[in-house]
Amino acid sequence: MKILVPVKRVLDYNVKARVKSDQTGVDLANVKMAMNPFCEIAVEEAIRLKEKGVVTEIVVVSIGPIQAQETIRTALAMGGDRGVLVQTDADPEPLEVAKLLKAVALVEQPGLILMGKQAIDGDNNAVGQMLSALLDWPQATFASKIEVSGETVRVTREVDGGLQTLELDLPAVVTADLRLNEPRYASLPNIMKAKKKTIEIKAPDDFGGLAGGHLKVMKVTEPAKRVAGVKVENAAELVAKLKTEAGVI
Amino acid sequence: MAVLVVADHDNVSLKDNTNKTVTAALALSPDVDVLVAGQGVDAVAAQAAKITGVRKVLTAQSDALGKQIAEALAACVTPLMANYDAVLIPATSAGKNFAPRVAALLDVAPISEIIEVKGPTTFVRPIYAGNALETVESSDAKKVITVRGTAFKAAGEDGSAAIEAVDPGAGAPKTRFISDELVKSDRPELAGAKIVVSGGRAMGSAEEFHRVIEPLADRLGAAVGASRAAVDAGYAPNDYQVGQTGKVVAPQLYIAVGISGAIQHLAGMKDSKVIVAINKDADAPIFQVADYGLVADYKTAVPDLMAALGDAG
Repeated sequence: MKILVPVKRVLDYNVKARVKSDQTGVDLANVKMAMNPFCEIAVEEAIRLKEKGVVTEIVVVSIGPIQAQETIRTALAMGGDRGVLVQTDADPEPLEVAKLLKAVALVEQPGLILMGKQAIDGDNNAVGQMLSALLDWPQATFASKIEVSGETVRVTREVDGGLQTLELDLPAVVTADLRLNEPRYASLPNIMKAKKKTIEIKAPDDFGGLAGGHLKVMKVTEPAKRVAGVKVENAAELVAKLKTEAGVI
Repeated sequence: MAVLVVADHDNVSLKDNTNKTVTAALALSPDVDVLVAGQGVDAVAAQAAKITGVRKVLTAQSDALGKQIAEALAACVTPLMANYDAVLIPATSAGKNFAPRVAALLDVAPISEIIEVKGPTTFVRPIYAGNALETVESSDAKKVITVRGTAFKAAGEDGSAAIEAVDPGAGAPKTRFISDELVKSDRPELAGAKIVVSGGRAMGSAEEFHRVIEPLADRLGAAVGASRAAVDAGYAPNDYQVGQTGKVVAPQLYIAVGISGAIQHLAGMKDSKVIVAINKDADAPIFQVADYGLVADYKTAVPDLMAALGDAG
Protein backbone atom coordinates (compact mmCIF):
# COMPACT_ATOMS: atom_id res chain seq x y z
CA MET A 1 0.00 0.00 0.00
CA LYS A 2 1.15 3.50 -0.83
CA ILE A 3 0.82 6.16 1.87
CA LEU A 4 0.64 9.90 1.26
CA VAL A 5 1.95 12.20 4.00
CA PRO A 6 1.33 15.95 3.60
CA VAL A 7 3.79 18.11 5.59
CA LYS A 8 4.00 21.84 6.30
CA ARG A 9 6.94 24.15 6.88
CA VAL A 10 6.21 26.43 9.86
CA LEU A 11 7.94 28.60 12.43
CA ASP A 12 9.99 26.27 14.65
CA TYR A 13 7.92 25.39 17.72
CA ASN A 14 10.73 26.50 20.04
CA VAL A 15 10.66 30.03 18.63
CA LYS A 16 8.21 32.53 20.10
CA ALA A 17 5.95 34.09 17.46
CA ARG A 18 6.33 37.88 17.24
CA VAL A 19 3.66 40.03 15.71
CA LYS A 20 4.88 42.51 13.06
CA SER A 21 4.54 46.15 14.06
CA ASP A 22 2.36 46.90 11.01
CA GLN A 23 -0.10 44.21 12.23
CA THR A 24 -0.02 42.33 8.92
CA GLY A 25 1.09 39.04 10.42
CA VAL A 26 3.73 37.19 12.38
CA ASP A 27 7.36 38.01 11.56
CA LEU A 28 8.88 35.09 9.64
CA ALA A 29 11.97 36.90 8.33
CA ASN A 30 15.27 35.47 9.58
CA VAL A 31 13.68 33.06 12.03
CA LYS A 32 14.16 29.30 12.27
CA MET A 33 11.60 27.33 10.29
CA ALA A 34 10.97 23.60 10.72
CA MET A 35 8.54 20.81 9.97
CA ASN A 36 5.25 21.21 11.83
CA PRO A 37 5.55 18.85 14.86
CA PHE A 38 2.27 17.03 14.12
CA CYS A 39 3.45 16.42 10.52
CA GLU A 40 6.67 14.94 11.91
CA ILE A 41 4.59 12.48 13.96
CA ALA A 42 2.66 11.52 10.80
CA VAL A 43 5.92 10.92 8.91
CA GLU A 44 7.22 8.76 11.77
CA GLU A 45 4.04 6.68 11.84
CA ALA A 46 4.21 6.16 8.07
CA ILE A 47 7.79 4.89 8.46
CA ARG A 48 6.74 2.52 11.25
CA LEU A 49 3.95 1.16 9.04
CA LYS A 50 6.54 0.58 6.31
CA GLU A 51 8.85 -1.15 8.78
CA LYS A 52 5.94 -3.46 9.72
CA GLY A 53 5.53 -4.32 6.04
CA VAL A 54 2.08 -2.71 5.77
CA VAL A 55 3.22 0.19 3.60
CA THR A 56 5.39 -0.17 0.51
CA GLU A 57 5.94 3.46 -0.49
CA ILE A 58 5.85 6.75 1.44
CA VAL A 59 5.17 9.83 -0.69
CA VAL A 60 5.69 13.15 1.12
CA VAL A 61 3.89 16.19 -0.27
CA SER A 62 4.17 19.83 0.74
CA ILE A 63 2.46 22.97 -0.49
CA GLY A 64 4.56 26.07 0.00
CA PRO A 65 7.57 28.10 -1.05
CA ILE A 66 10.68 26.58 -2.64
CA GLN A 67 12.24 26.31 0.85
CA ALA A 68 9.59 23.71 1.71
CA GLN A 69 11.86 21.33 -0.22
CA GLU A 70 14.02 21.28 2.93
CA THR A 71 11.00 20.14 4.95
CA ILE A 72 10.32 17.36 2.44
CA ARG A 73 14.03 16.46 2.50
CA THR A 74 13.85 16.12 6.30
CA ALA A 75 10.97 13.67 5.91
CA LEU A 76 12.94 11.73 3.27
CA ALA A 77 15.93 11.58 5.62
CA MET A 78 13.68 10.11 8.31
CA GLY A 79 12.58 7.39 5.88
CA GLY A 80 10.19 8.76 3.25
CA ASP A 81 10.68 7.47 -0.30
CA ARG A 82 9.99 10.44 -2.56
CA GLY A 83 8.61 13.95 -2.44
CA VAL A 84 6.26 16.27 -4.30
CA LEU A 85 6.41 20.03 -3.76
CA VAL A 86 3.49 22.08 -4.99
CA GLN A 87 5.37 25.32 -5.11
CA THR A 88 3.59 28.58 -4.28
CA ASP A 89 4.53 31.76 -2.45
CA ALA A 90 0.87 32.40 -1.69
CA ASP A 91 -0.20 31.30 1.79
CA PRO A 92 -3.21 29.21 0.77
CA GLU A 93 -6.16 28.74 3.12
CA PRO A 94 -7.06 25.29 4.49
CA LEU A 95 -9.85 24.90 1.91
CA GLU A 96 -7.44 25.59 -0.98
CA VAL A 97 -4.83 23.27 0.55
CA ALA A 98 -7.43 20.52 0.88
CA LYS A 99 -8.44 20.95 -2.79
CA LEU A 100 -4.82 20.73 -3.98
CA LEU A 101 -4.19 17.68 -1.79
CA LYS A 102 -7.31 16.05 -3.18
CA ALA A 103 -5.92 16.50 -6.70
CA VAL A 104 -2.55 15.09 -5.59
CA ALA A 105 -4.32 12.11 -3.98
CA LEU A 106 -6.25 11.40 -7.19
CA VAL A 107 -2.93 11.24 -9.08
CA GLU A 108 -1.02 9.24 -6.44
CA GLN A 109 -3.91 6.93 -5.43
CA PRO A 110 -2.64 6.17 -1.90
CA GLY A 111 -4.36 3.63 0.34
CA LEU A 112 -4.01 5.96 3.29
CA ILE A 113 -3.37 9.66 3.84
CA LEU A 114 -1.69 10.30 7.17
CA MET A 115 -1.13 13.90 8.29
CA GLY A 116 -0.80 16.13 11.32
CA LYS A 117 -4.01 17.16 13.12
CA GLN A 118 -3.12 20.83 12.81
CA ALA A 119 -0.33 23.19 11.85
CA ILE A 120 0.99 25.20 14.77
CA ASP A 121 0.96 28.48 12.82
CA GLY A 122 -2.69 28.91 11.80
CA ASP A 123 -3.99 26.41 14.39
CA ASN A 124 -6.96 25.71 12.10
CA ASN A 125 -7.19 21.95 12.61
CA ALA A 126 -9.18 21.66 9.38
CA VAL A 127 -7.29 20.33 6.35
CA GLY A 128 -7.49 16.60 7.15
CA GLN A 129 -11.23 16.74 7.77
CA MET A 130 -11.82 18.82 4.62
CA LEU A 131 -9.66 16.54 2.48
CA SER A 132 -11.59 13.53 3.76
CA ALA A 133 -14.91 15.20 2.93
CA LEU A 134 -13.78 16.29 -0.57
CA LEU A 135 -12.52 12.77 -1.38
CA ASP A 136 -15.55 11.16 0.29
CA TRP A 137 -13.13 8.93 2.20
CA PRO A 138 -13.72 8.12 5.89
CA GLN A 139 -11.74 10.06 8.51
CA ALA A 140 -10.22 9.55 11.93
CA THR A 141 -8.69 12.62 13.56
CA PHE A 142 -6.50 12.98 16.67
CA ALA A 143 -5.04 9.47 16.34
CA SER A 144 -3.03 8.00 19.22
CA LYS A 145 -2.88 4.46 17.76
CA ILE A 146 -3.16 3.17 14.18
CA GLU A 147 -3.48 -0.49 13.11
CA VAL A 148 -3.89 -1.39 9.45
CA SER A 149 -5.29 -4.84 8.64
CA GLY A 150 -6.30 -5.76 5.11
CA GLU A 151 -8.82 -3.31 3.72
CA THR A 152 -9.46 -1.47 6.98
CA VAL A 153 -7.64 0.67 9.52
CA ARG A 154 -8.43 0.77 13.24
CA VAL A 155 -7.69 4.11 14.86
CA THR A 156 -7.77 5.04 18.55
CA ARG A 157 -8.59 8.75 18.86
CA GLU A 158 -8.01 11.21 21.68
CA VAL A 159 -11.37 12.78 22.47
CA ASP A 160 -12.63 14.96 25.33
CA GLY A 161 -12.95 12.68 28.33
CA GLY A 162 -10.93 9.74 27.01
CA LEU A 163 -10.42 7.63 23.90
CA GLN A 164 -12.59 6.47 21.02
CA THR A 165 -11.72 3.64 18.64
CA LEU A 166 -13.07 3.58 15.08
CA GLU A 167 -12.62 1.24 12.16
CA LEU A 168 -12.46 2.82 8.69
CA ASP A 169 -12.61 1.31 5.22
CA LEU A 170 -9.51 2.15 3.18
CA PRO A 171 -8.67 4.47 1.54
CA ALA A 172 -9.01 6.84 4.46
CA VAL A 173 -7.63 10.06 5.97
CA VAL A 174 -6.09 9.87 9.46
CA THR A 175 -4.68 12.83 11.42
CA ALA A 176 -2.01 12.40 14.06
CA ASP A 177 -2.14 13.64 17.64
CA LEU A 178 0.86 14.19 19.91
CA ARG A 179 0.95 10.83 21.62
CA LEU A 180 0.88 8.67 18.49
CA ASN A 181 4.66 8.26 18.62
CA GLU A 182 7.95 10.02 19.22
CA PRO A 183 9.57 10.91 15.90
CA ARG A 184 13.09 9.66 15.26
CA TYR A 185 16.09 11.77 14.38
CA ALA A 186 17.48 11.20 10.91
CA SER A 187 20.86 9.44 10.98
CA LEU A 188 23.78 10.89 9.03
CA PRO A 189 23.84 8.05 6.46
CA ASN A 190 20.08 8.52 5.93
CA ILE A 191 20.54 12.28 5.51
CA MET A 192 23.14 11.53 2.82
CA LYS A 193 20.85 9.00 1.15
CA ALA A 194 17.94 11.45 1.20
CA LYS A 195 19.92 13.83 -0.99
CA LYS A 196 19.57 11.33 -3.83
CA LYS A 197 15.83 10.84 -3.39
CA THR A 198 13.52 12.54 -5.90
CA ILE A 199 11.50 15.65 -5.14
CA GLU A 200 9.20 16.61 -8.00
CA ILE A 201 8.51 20.34 -8.20
CA LYS A 202 4.98 21.07 -9.37
CA ALA A 203 2.79 24.16 -9.62
CA PRO A 204 -0.71 24.60 -8.20
CA ASP A 205 -1.93 24.75 -11.82
CA ASP A 206 -0.81 21.11 -12.24
CA PHE A 207 -3.46 20.27 -9.63
CA GLY A 208 -6.37 22.49 -10.59
CA GLY A 209 -4.86 25.80 -9.43
CA LEU A 210 -5.50 28.01 -6.42
CA ALA A 211 -9.14 29.01 -6.23
CA GLY A 212 -8.54 32.19 -4.25
CA GLY A 213 -9.23 32.84 -0.62
CA HIS A 214 -12.55 33.18 1.17
CA LEU A 215 -11.05 34.79 4.26
CA LYS A 216 -9.27 38.12 4.44
CA VAL A 217 -6.93 38.77 7.34
CA MET A 218 -7.75 42.30 8.51
CA LYS A 219 -5.03 42.45 11.13
CA VAL A 220 -2.86 40.39 13.44
CA THR A 221 -2.33 41.73 16.94
CA GLU A 222 -0.66 40.71 20.16
CA PRO A 223 -2.94 39.39 22.87
CA ALA A 224 -3.38 41.47 26.00
CA LYS A 225 -0.53 40.68 28.38
CA ARG A 226 -1.22 39.52 31.90
CA VAL A 227 0.75 41.44 34.43
CA ALA A 228 2.53 39.56 37.16
CA GLY A 229 0.78 39.93 40.50
CA VAL A 230 2.21 39.71 43.97
CA LYS A 231 4.28 37.12 45.79
CA VAL A 232 2.79 35.88 49.03
CA GLU A 233 4.86 34.72 52.00
CA ASN A 234 3.00 31.58 52.91
CA ALA A 235 -0.09 29.43 52.40
CA ALA A 236 -2.12 31.21 55.07
CA GLU A 237 -1.60 34.57 53.37
CA LEU A 238 -2.52 32.98 50.03
CA VAL A 239 -5.80 31.60 51.36
CA ALA A 240 -6.61 34.96 53.00
CA LYS A 241 -6.03 36.82 49.73
CA LEU A 242 -8.04 34.33 47.68
CA LYS A 243 -10.96 34.76 50.10
CA THR A 244 -11.00 38.47 50.70
CA GLU A 245 -9.12 40.14 47.83
CA ALA A 246 -9.93 37.85 44.89
CA GLY A 247 -13.15 36.37 46.31
CA VAL A 248 -12.73 33.12 44.39
CA ILE A 249 -12.97 30.60 47.24
CA MET B 1 -30.09 35.96 8.84
CA ALA B 2 -30.61 32.78 10.87
CA VAL B 3 -27.92 30.90 12.79
CA LEU B 4 -27.75 27.24 13.73
CA VAL B 5 -25.90 26.18 16.90
CA VAL B 6 -24.90 22.52 17.25
CA ALA B 7 -25.30 21.43 20.87
CA ASP B 8 -22.46 19.95 22.92
CA HIS B 9 -23.80 16.96 24.87
CA ASP B 10 -23.13 13.30 25.72
CA ASN B 11 -26.66 12.02 24.87
CA VAL B 12 -27.48 12.34 28.60
CA SER B 13 -27.02 15.99 29.47
CA LEU B 14 -26.41 19.29 27.73
CA LYS B 15 -23.00 20.92 28.25
CA ASP B 16 -22.44 24.53 29.21
CA ASN B 17 -20.49 25.03 25.96
CA THR B 18 -23.82 25.05 24.16
CA ASN B 19 -25.03 28.08 26.18
CA LYS B 20 -21.73 29.85 25.47
CA THR B 21 -21.99 29.15 21.75
CA VAL B 22 -25.58 30.47 21.79
CA THR B 23 -24.20 33.74 23.20
CA ALA B 24 -21.79 33.98 20.26
CA ALA B 25 -24.64 33.16 17.86
CA LEU B 26 -26.91 35.85 19.34
CA ALA B 27 -24.16 38.39 18.53
CA LEU B 28 -24.78 37.50 14.86
CA SER B 29 -28.54 37.18 14.72
CA PRO B 30 -31.64 37.13 16.93
CA ASP B 31 -32.82 34.00 15.07
CA VAL B 32 -30.87 31.18 16.70
CA ASP B 33 -31.87 27.50 16.51
CA VAL B 34 -30.09 24.68 18.31
CA LEU B 35 -29.52 21.24 16.78
CA VAL B 36 -29.20 18.32 19.19
CA ALA B 37 -27.74 15.47 17.12
CA GLY B 38 -27.26 12.19 18.95
CA GLN B 39 -29.16 9.12 20.12
CA GLY B 40 -31.82 9.10 22.84
CA VAL B 41 -31.49 12.86 23.26
CA ASP B 42 -35.03 13.89 24.23
CA ALA B 43 -33.91 15.04 27.69
CA VAL B 44 -30.98 16.95 26.19
CA ALA B 45 -33.34 18.68 23.73
CA ALA B 46 -35.66 19.66 26.59
CA GLN B 47 -32.68 21.27 28.33
CA ALA B 48 -31.63 23.07 25.13
CA ALA B 49 -35.18 24.42 24.71
CA LYS B 50 -34.72 26.36 27.96
CA ILE B 51 -31.67 28.33 26.77
CA THR B 52 -32.52 32.03 26.70
CA GLY B 53 -32.86 33.42 23.18
CA VAL B 54 -33.25 30.11 21.35
CA ARG B 55 -36.01 30.16 18.71
CA LYS B 56 -36.33 26.44 18.02
CA VAL B 57 -34.59 23.16 18.92
CA LEU B 58 -34.04 20.53 16.24
CA THR B 59 -33.32 16.90 17.10
CA ALA B 60 -31.65 14.36 14.82
CA GLN B 61 -31.13 10.81 16.05
CA SER B 62 -29.21 7.79 14.80
CA ASP B 63 -26.60 5.36 16.15
CA ALA B 64 -23.77 7.09 14.27
CA LEU B 65 -24.85 10.51 15.59
CA GLY B 66 -24.98 9.03 19.10
CA LYS B 67 -21.28 8.21 18.73
CA GLN B 68 -20.56 11.66 17.26
CA ILE B 69 -19.08 10.19 14.07
CA ALA B 70 -17.82 13.12 11.95
CA GLU B 71 -19.18 11.84 8.63
CA ALA B 72 -22.64 11.37 10.16
CA LEU B 73 -22.70 14.80 11.81
CA ALA B 74 -21.62 16.49 8.57
CA ALA B 75 -24.24 14.54 6.58
CA CYS B 76 -26.88 15.72 9.06
CA VAL B 77 -25.85 19.38 9.35
CA THR B 78 -24.91 20.18 5.73
CA PRO B 79 -28.42 19.88 4.21
CA LEU B 80 -29.87 21.92 7.11
CA MET B 81 -27.66 24.82 6.01
CA ALA B 82 -30.16 25.57 3.22
CA ASN B 83 -32.10 27.35 6.00
CA TYR B 84 -29.21 29.10 7.78
CA ASP B 85 -26.54 31.70 7.05
CA ALA B 86 -24.11 30.43 9.66
CA VAL B 87 -23.51 27.39 11.84
CA LEU B 88 -21.71 27.80 15.16
CA ILE B 89 -20.18 24.71 16.69
CA PRO B 90 -18.49 24.45 20.12
CA ALA B 91 -14.75 23.84 19.63
CA THR B 92 -14.77 20.50 21.48
CA SER B 93 -12.99 17.43 20.13
CA ALA B 94 -16.28 16.36 18.52
CA GLY B 95 -16.96 19.83 17.10
CA LYS B 96 -13.48 20.30 15.67
CA ASN B 97 -13.76 16.81 14.20
CA PHE B 98 -16.76 17.51 11.96
CA ALA B 99 -17.02 21.30 11.44
CA PRO B 100 -14.41 21.44 8.63
CA ARG B 101 -16.26 18.63 6.81
CA VAL B 102 -19.41 20.76 6.73
CA ALA B 103 -17.35 23.69 5.40
CA ALA B 104 -15.76 21.54 2.68
CA LEU B 105 -19.14 20.16 1.61
CA LEU B 106 -20.51 23.73 1.40
CA ASP B 107 -17.31 24.93 -0.35
CA VAL B 108 -16.68 27.62 2.29
CA ALA B 109 -13.69 28.43 4.49
CA PRO B 110 -14.12 27.23 8.08
CA ILE B 111 -13.30 29.75 10.80
CA SER B 112 -11.72 27.92 13.74
CA GLU B 113 -12.04 28.67 17.47
CA ILE B 114 -13.29 32.24 17.42
CA ILE B 115 -12.97 34.21 20.64
CA GLU B 116 -14.87 37.34 19.54
CA VAL B 117 -17.60 38.34 17.10
CA LYS B 118 -16.65 41.76 15.68
CA GLY B 119 -19.52 41.95 13.21
CA PRO B 120 -21.65 39.78 10.92
CA THR B 121 -18.62 38.80 8.80
CA THR B 122 -15.65 39.60 11.07
CA PHE B 123 -14.21 37.40 13.79
CA VAL B 124 -11.16 37.22 16.06
CA ARG B 125 -9.30 33.95 16.56
CA PRO B 126 -6.02 32.97 18.22
CA ILE B 127 -3.12 31.71 16.06
CA TYR B 128 0.36 30.50 17.04
CA ALA B 129 -0.95 28.96 20.26
CA GLY B 130 -2.51 32.23 21.34
CA ASN B 131 0.67 34.24 20.86
CA ALA B 132 -1.12 36.28 18.21
CA LEU B 133 -4.74 37.16 17.48
CA GLU B 134 -6.01 37.22 13.92
CA THR B 135 -9.01 39.31 12.84
CA VAL B 136 -10.54 37.72 9.74
CA GLU B 137 -13.33 38.78 7.41
CA SER B 138 -15.26 36.04 5.63
CA SER B 139 -16.63 36.57 2.12
CA ASP B 140 -18.61 33.32 2.19
CA ALA B 141 -22.39 33.52 2.00
CA LYS B 142 -22.61 30.74 4.59
CA LYS B 143 -20.24 30.60 7.52
CA VAL B 144 -18.99 27.55 9.39
CA ILE B 145 -17.48 28.59 12.70
CA THR B 146 -16.16 26.81 15.77
CA VAL B 147 -16.39 28.72 19.05
CA ARG B 148 -13.96 28.66 21.96
CA GLY B 149 -16.39 28.43 24.87
CA THR B 150 -14.12 30.05 27.45
CA ALA B 151 -14.32 33.35 25.53
CA PHE B 152 -18.11 33.73 25.83
CA LYS B 153 -20.54 34.00 28.76
CA ALA B 154 -23.12 31.26 29.00
CA ALA B 155 -26.65 32.22 27.93
CA GLY B 156 -29.28 31.88 30.67
CA GLU B 157 -32.00 29.26 30.92
CA ASP B 158 -35.44 30.88 31.05
CA GLY B 159 -36.61 30.12 27.52
CA SER B 160 -39.16 27.65 26.19
CA ALA B 161 -38.42 26.91 22.54
CA ALA B 162 -40.37 24.39 20.47
CA ILE B 163 -38.70 21.06 19.67
CA GLU B 164 -38.88 19.53 16.20
CA ALA B 165 -37.30 16.35 14.75
CA VAL B 166 -35.26 16.53 11.54
CA ASP B 167 -33.70 13.99 9.18
CA PRO B 168 -30.59 12.43 10.75
CA GLY B 169 -28.92 12.08 7.32
CA ALA B 170 -27.05 9.25 5.66
CA GLY B 171 -24.84 8.19 8.60
CA ALA B 172 -21.26 7.02 8.06
CA PRO B 173 -21.26 3.89 5.86
CA LYS B 174 -17.43 3.59 5.71
CA THR B 175 -16.77 4.15 9.43
CA ARG B 176 -17.61 1.78 12.27
CA PHE B 177 -17.62 2.59 15.97
CA ILE B 178 -15.61 0.02 17.93
CA SER B 179 -15.33 1.29 21.51
CA ASP B 180 -15.15 4.20 23.92
CA GLU B 181 -12.80 4.35 26.87
CA LEU B 182 -14.01 7.30 28.88
CA VAL B 183 -12.44 8.32 32.14
CA LYS B 184 -15.06 8.25 34.91
CA SER B 185 -14.73 10.89 37.59
CA ASP B 186 -16.85 12.52 40.28
CA ARG B 187 -14.89 15.74 39.86
CA PRO B 188 -16.15 18.59 37.67
CA GLU B 189 -15.18 18.52 34.00
CA LEU B 190 -11.93 20.27 33.29
CA ALA B 191 -13.26 22.44 30.45
CA GLY B 192 -16.13 23.95 32.48
CA ALA B 193 -14.81 23.87 36.07
CA LYS B 194 -14.85 26.99 38.26
CA ILE B 195 -11.61 25.97 39.94
CA VAL B 196 -8.77 23.94 38.39
CA VAL B 197 -5.78 22.53 40.28
CA SER B 198 -2.96 21.46 37.95
CA GLY B 199 0.24 19.58 38.65
CA GLY B 200 3.51 19.62 36.73
CA ARG B 201 6.63 17.59 36.25
CA ALA B 202 7.86 18.54 39.73
CA MET B 203 5.48 15.85 41.10
CA GLY B 204 8.03 13.25 39.97
CA SER B 205 5.64 10.27 39.84
CA ALA B 206 2.02 9.29 39.25
CA GLU B 207 1.69 8.31 42.94
CA GLU B 208 2.89 11.72 44.05
CA PHE B 209 0.50 13.41 41.59
CA HIS B 210 -2.44 11.49 43.12
CA ARG B 211 -1.24 12.10 46.67
CA VAL B 212 -0.69 15.85 46.32
CA ILE B 213 -2.92 17.27 43.56
CA GLU B 214 -6.11 15.27 43.98
CA PRO B 215 -6.83 15.96 47.69
CA LEU B 216 -6.27 19.69 47.10
CA ALA B 217 -8.62 19.61 44.12
CA ASP B 218 -11.25 17.72 46.12
CA ARG B 219 -10.96 20.13 49.05
CA LEU B 220 -11.76 23.00 46.64
CA GLY B 221 -14.33 21.11 44.54
CA ALA B 222 -11.96 21.60 41.62
CA ALA B 223 -11.15 19.77 38.40
CA VAL B 224 -7.67 18.29 38.04
CA GLY B 225 -5.34 19.38 35.26
CA ALA B 226 -1.74 18.72 34.31
CA SER B 227 1.04 20.20 32.24
CA ARG B 228 2.17 18.43 29.10
CA ALA B 229 5.43 17.52 30.82
CA ALA B 230 3.49 15.71 33.57
CA VAL B 231 1.29 13.93 31.03
CA ASP B 232 4.23 12.93 28.83
CA ALA B 233 6.03 11.56 31.90
CA GLY B 234 2.96 9.42 32.66
CA TYR B 235 2.05 11.15 35.94
CA ALA B 236 -1.43 12.06 34.73
CA PRO B 237 -3.76 10.81 31.96
CA ASN B 238 -3.87 12.51 28.55
CA ASP B 239 -7.21 14.17 29.03
CA TYR B 240 -5.91 16.12 32.05
CA GLN B 241 -3.57 18.09 29.81
CA VAL B 242 -4.06 21.86 29.84
CA GLY B 243 -2.35 23.74 27.03
CA GLN B 244 -2.10 24.50 23.36
CA THR B 245 -2.29 20.83 22.45
CA GLY B 246 -4.62 19.88 25.31
CA LYS B 247 -7.60 21.66 26.80
CA VAL B 248 -8.07 25.42 26.98
CA VAL B 249 -9.55 26.41 30.32
CA ALA B 250 -10.56 29.73 31.84
CA PRO B 251 -11.80 29.04 35.38
CA GLN B 252 -12.35 31.57 38.15
CA LEU B 253 -9.30 30.18 39.91
CA TYR B 254 -6.37 28.25 38.42
CA ILE B 255 -3.79 26.81 40.80
CA ALA B 256 -0.55 25.66 39.13
CA VAL B 257 1.52 23.40 41.38
CA GLY B 258 5.08 22.62 40.35
CA ILE B 259 4.47 23.89 36.80
CA SER B 260 7.20 26.03 35.24
CA GLY B 261 4.90 27.70 32.71
CA ALA B 262 6.01 26.77 29.19
CA ILE B 263 4.35 28.81 26.40
CA GLN B 264 2.50 25.61 25.51
CA HIS B 265 0.88 25.48 28.95
CA LEU B 266 0.22 29.22 29.28
CA ALA B 267 -1.77 29.13 26.02
CA GLY B 268 -4.22 26.81 27.75
CA MET B 269 -4.85 28.74 30.97
CA LYS B 270 -3.82 32.38 30.66
CA ASP B 271 -7.43 33.57 30.41
CA SER B 272 -8.26 32.25 33.89
CA LYS B 273 -9.64 34.98 36.16
CA VAL B 274 -7.19 34.40 39.01
CA ILE B 275 -3.97 32.43 38.64
CA VAL B 276 -2.04 31.05 41.61
CA ALA B 277 1.44 29.60 41.10
CA ILE B 278 3.30 27.44 43.60
CA ASN B 279 6.86 26.70 42.50
CA LYS B 280 10.17 26.53 44.32
CA ASP B 281 11.96 28.26 41.42
CA ALA B 282 11.38 31.99 41.86
CA ASP B 283 12.36 32.58 38.22
CA ALA B 284 9.81 30.16 36.73
CA PRO B 285 7.88 31.86 33.89
CA ILE B 286 4.56 30.87 35.49
CA PHE B 287 5.09 33.71 38.01
CA GLN B 288 4.93 36.26 35.16
CA VAL B 289 1.24 35.48 34.64
CA ALA B 290 0.29 34.59 38.23
CA ASP B 291 -1.82 36.96 40.32
CA TYR B 292 -0.52 35.30 43.45
CA GLY B 293 2.83 33.55 43.56
CA LEU B 294 4.13 31.38 46.37
CA VAL B 295 7.81 30.54 46.04
CA ALA B 296 7.98 27.26 47.95
CA ASP B 297 8.45 23.53 47.52
CA TYR B 298 5.01 21.99 46.87
CA LYS B 299 5.90 19.29 49.41
CA THR B 300 5.47 21.77 52.22
CA ALA B 301 3.29 24.37 50.47
CA VAL B 302 0.40 22.06 49.56
CA PRO B 303 0.00 20.58 53.09
CA ASP B 304 0.20 24.15 54.46
CA LEU B 305 -2.43 25.22 51.98
CA MET B 306 -4.70 22.31 52.97
CA ALA B 307 -4.27 23.28 56.62
CA ALA B 308 -5.01 26.94 55.92
CA LEU B 309 -8.11 25.99 53.92
CA GLY B 310 -9.17 23.71 56.77
CA ASP B 311 -8.92 26.55 59.28
CA ALA B 312 -10.76 28.96 57.02
CA GLY B 313 -13.27 26.49 55.62
